[in-house]
Amino acid sequence: MALSGMRGLSVFISEVRNCRNKEQERLRVDKELGNIRTRFKNEKGLTPYEKKKYVWKMLYIYMLGYDVDFGHMEAVSLISAPKYPEKQVGYIVTSCLLNENHDFLRLAINAVRNDIIGRNETFQCLALTLVGNIGGREFAESLAPDVQKLLISSSCRPLVRKKAALCLLRLFRKNSDILNVDGWSDRMAQLLDERDLGVLTSSMSLFVALVSNNHEAYWSCLPKCVKVMERLARNQDIPQEYTYYGIPSPWLQVKTMRALQYFPTVEDPSIRRALFEVLQRILMGTDVVKNVNKNNASHAVLFEALALVMHLDSEKEMMSQCVALLGKFIAVREPNIRYLGLENMTRMLMVTDVHEIIKRHQAQIITSLKDPDISIRRRSLDLLYGMCDVSNAKDIVEELLQYLGTADFAMREELALKAAILAEKFAPDLSWYVDVILQLIDKAGDFVSDDIWFRVVQFVTNNEDLQPYAALKAREYLDKPAIHETMVKVSAYLLGEYSHLLARRPGCSPKEIFSIIHEKLPTVSTPTISILLTTYAKILMHSQPPDPELQNQVWAVYSKYESCIDAEIQQRAVEYFALSRKGEALMDILAEMPKFPERQSSLIKKAEDTEADTAEQSAIKLRTQQQASNALVLTDHRPANGAPQVSQLGMIMVPSTSNVDQNVVDQPLTHSNGTLSVVDPQPPAQDHAPAGDILGDLLGPLAIEGPPGVSPQSELNNVPSHEGTLGANDALALAPVGDQESTVKPIGDIAERFHALCLKDSGVLYEDPYIQIGIKAEWRGHQGRMVLFLGNKNTASLDSVQAKILPPSHLKLDLSLVPKIIPPRAQVQCPLEVVNLRPSRDVAVLDFSYKFGTYLVNNRLRLPAVLNKFFQPIQVSAEEFFPQWRSLPGPPLKLQEVVRGVRPMSLGEMANLFNSLKLMVCPGLDPNACNLVASTTFYSENTRAMLCLIRIETDPADRTQLRMTVASGDPTLTFELKEFIKEHLVSIPTAGKPPAPVAQQPQPNIPPIASSDPGALLAGLL
Amino acid sequence: MIHFVLLISRQGKVRLTKWYSPYSQKERSKVIRELSGTILSRGPKLCNFVEWRGLKVVYKRYASLYFCMCINQEDNELEILEIIHHYVEILDRYFGSVCELDLIFNFHKAYYILDEVLIAGELQESSKKTVARLVATQDSLVEAAKEEANSISNIIAQATK
Repeated sequence: MALSGMRGLSVFISEVRNCRNKEQERLRVDKELGNIRTRFKNEKGLTPYEKKKYVWKMLYIYMLGYDVDFGHMEAVSLISAPKYPEKQVGYIVTSCLLNENHDFLRLAINAVRNDIIGRNETFQCLALTLVGNIGGREFAESLAPDVQKLLISSSCRPLVRKKAALCLLRLFRKNSDILNVDGWSDRMAQLLDERDLGVLTSSMSLFVALVSNNHEAYWSCLPKCVKVMERLARNQDIPQEYTYYGIPSPWLQVKTMRALQYFPTVEDPSIRRALFEVLQRILMGTDVVKNVNKNNASHAVLFEALALVMHLDSEKEMMSQCVALLGKFIAVREPNIRYLGLENMTRMLMVTDVHEIIKRHQAQIITSLKDPDISIRRRSLDLLYGMCDVSNAKDIVEELLQYLGTADFAMREELALKAAILAEKFAPDLSWYVDVILQLIDKAGDFVSDDIWFRVVQFVTNNEDLQPYAALKAREYLDKPAIHETMVKVSAYLLGEYSHLLARRPGCSPKEIFSIIHEKLPTVSTPTISILLTTYAKILMHSQPPDPELQNQVWAVYSKYESCIDAEIQQRAVEYFALSRKGEALMDILAEMPKFPERQSSLIKKAEDTEADTAEQSAIKLRTQQQASNALVLTDHRPANGAPQVSQLGMIMVPSTSNVDQNVVDQPLTHSNGTLSVVDPQPPAQDHAPAGDILGDLLGPLAIEGPPGVSPQSELNNVPSHEGTLGANDALALAPVGDQESTVKPIGDIAERFHALCLKDSGVLYEDPYIQIGIKAEWRGHQGRMVLFLGNKNTASLDSVQAKILPPSHLKLDLSLVPKIIPPRAQVQCPLEVVNLRPSRDVAVLDFSYKFGTYLVNNRLRLPAVLNKFFQPIQVSAEEFFPQWRSLPGPPLKLQEVVRGVRPMSLGEMANLFNSLKLMVCPGLDPNACNLVASTTFYSENTRAMLCLIRIETDPADRTQLRMTVASGDPTLTFELKEFIKEHLVSIPTAGKPPAPVAQQPQPNIPPIASSDPGALLAGLL
Repeated sequence: MIHFVLLISRQGKVRLTKWYSPYSQKERSKVIRELSGTILSRGPKLCNFVEWRGLKVVYKRYASLYFCMCINQEDNELEILEIIHHYVEILDRYFGSVCELDLIFNFHKAYYILDEVLIAGELQESSKKTVARLVATQDSLVEAAKEEANSISNIIAQATK
């Protein structure tokens, strides 16, 4: 069928299709784009027909994947054309090319509104469709009343009203304030009486959105929904055209049942009876038929009915029917039904206790884990994970491990994490647990996070029976030819601590252990070398009387690393060397690690967190949350000090740089990774041992005063254990409790969290044992919207909650009202509107306080509304870059500075850093490969959109210095941007302190820069 | 809610894209690239759902064309699968056993037929008859305008003769 009357377009399409290769096609398209551009330029000579044709061509080219960066204006202008054909083209092309954030769309609001309130029905339809598909907040604010009027108007025909319903749905999604709930519940109830099924289908979609937002207001609609279901199920008064393969509108059925899932219960007995009758009919009456479409449609209805039954739950009889059906589904060949069977069985596990019945299908589910279809494998993995308990953990985890060997990359990480969690949660005995984790590391080391092996170490340390076994296993793995680095870490750690328990076995003498571990050293990365050095010290300590040969070997290693460039390794080498000359004293200093306090697994906590994060407003999830709340309270029962969860172990074992930073930040008094405090017999910990950090203080540097430290601590704290399972040996765990009265310590590093949030838009800003403050932000030009999520983690409410914003002068910040009280385990959301007035590096501060019991907690938190949030990365070509660059001649618009003391990084790392700051690196612009050019657009109210250009010239011979040139059309912006980049280049963003000026940056390893003029040095490079 | 609709040919050529959630131009190309990679490489007897970036893509192949719709995880997959079929049946009725070529040369019609089936990523009309009637009305409006234009230009042509 030829395109009626638009020959030019057909010819163009044919020509593009006839192009023999991509190159030809590009040439043809470029030619056409050039043509269109010139035609649009002298618009006077353009007939409406031609304009229409070119706009269609633009859409076609756009669809082929080419950038069409002009002509949007022409498309938008067609919307206000007087005749239908042009108008139609304008509407369709605009809604394809633009999205709701486009500025051009604003220009159209008036024309669109005129069409909506006008008398012409066809124009109304076009306008409603556009708004329904790409309308944004502004549309919601200016058009919602008009659209509402159309929806409830009795003079409008169904074709307009159904569009109005969905259009209103879109606007409601963009801004839920547009519908006044009080006024709407009655109208909504009326709309659900609608006879026209087209209008009813659209209205039902709108209703689902409304009721998911607030079901309380719409109780009166519940009986109407049940009526609709009855009408459909009995096929009463359904026109032929609304049945699909003999099924009365399956879509409307699905939608209606979805809406019903947002009501917590159905109380009225007669309505309830009617609904269950319908559901029963669906459950019983759905057969598998040959026609694939009929089958899909009837099963779409069936699965929705299952979900509704699961939600209403109480009829135990129907529940067992559901389980039986699902059991059937997961065994069928048809992949869609099997997929959905697995998916719904997992959901069912969440809402009700059907473990025992589902376990019968375990073999079947495991078969699906080996299905050729990854979608099915994923569902099967999820279900196995959900159904696992003590009785079947061994089988399931072993299946997972076996599958791990062959699993595709996309699934390995999830698989490894889930296997680790299950092994930990349900381990029948601990040696099995150690086996599983070691196998996991062996098979998928890349996907095993540090948390997982930290946890093994915790278990082994706390269980004496396990120690010889774990050491032996570790020793066995070291015999394997090529082992993963994580395996080196965990083996080295375990053997350092416990290899003396194996001493009598063949191949396990200290010397042999040392040499087999030392073999691995050349292949491992810096953090692992630190662990190995500790291991050597421990081995040395355990070989009593000292073996001179071994001693010499180890000392040789230490003296080799004494001048290592890495400060951590260097320090360890020096200290261990000195310590190991102390003879007997070594025994006390390097004694075995004390037991770890009992704590909730960081893995399990992580898994819970991610589940909570993704919980949106879906009915099933809402339901799950209601049900799971008890469980959550239980798992939250952890030591009250709220010690940092994730990296705690790291802190204890390995005083690695990043962890020590955390300590330093919280207590500037403590040894800052200091050399001296290590040999100091007087532990500094007793003086200032705030909750959470005590472990770091006691054990951080080299664990020197392990056991001796315990006794004074336990005398101080005779507080009964929270867990009830901790013995006297675990006094360490209790130590912080004594201090807890005075302070509530944050979990994790506030500064680190802030820095992370500077680079991403959602995450946790602050957390302590009682509250968690999360942030989600959206940035658009010079404006932004942040939402603060204040979550009360407790079973009691938080009182006197106050939040004030202390804004810097360049930001306009508007925080919505923060409630005084946060109920138990509730989360409140407080939107914060941000407007950027002008460039500045100052930071907004949130002054936040609350009361929990007798504690008053007050914190000032920096808000991540920083300079780079108002950047929009932009790729500029050489043709655009150089004229711009030249047009900005020099100060104050273009500033240059030689920056010294730069954190050494490769050019690639620097490019990544820049990109993460939304400064887009433009490769290939600078002929010198050692240089880097980046560009971005900065938005503020004063400067509007302003292009910024950056050039970095590095010196390959000395990575600690570089020359930076920054240019933009605004002197303040240029200066601020330059300083901003400098901060990021010279500081370590995780260092915990606000970016410090260059001079304060400790850089022990960087030799002083030569006194000759660095400018001159760099000039030679250009 | 349907976040977007994609029609992709077996060779990876895009035949129609419709975005109901705001994706920037760059994201759009990325999504198309990613998904055509994932979906075109799937074997024939697998299920019609692909889990992707926390969302789900329901797709179905008709001859050389893949129809794909992206939805939320908790949405009803089979319902969407039949929306795809519903749309295909309407196209089929309109073009008279539709083929890829019809959709290439009449891509604009595919767009405005889709606008009668979906708005805001939700199903608007489940009656094929009603959709066919509305599309026919639009066609006749365009035709009428054309005739009118022709007749006016004829008049002008004659008048200026």
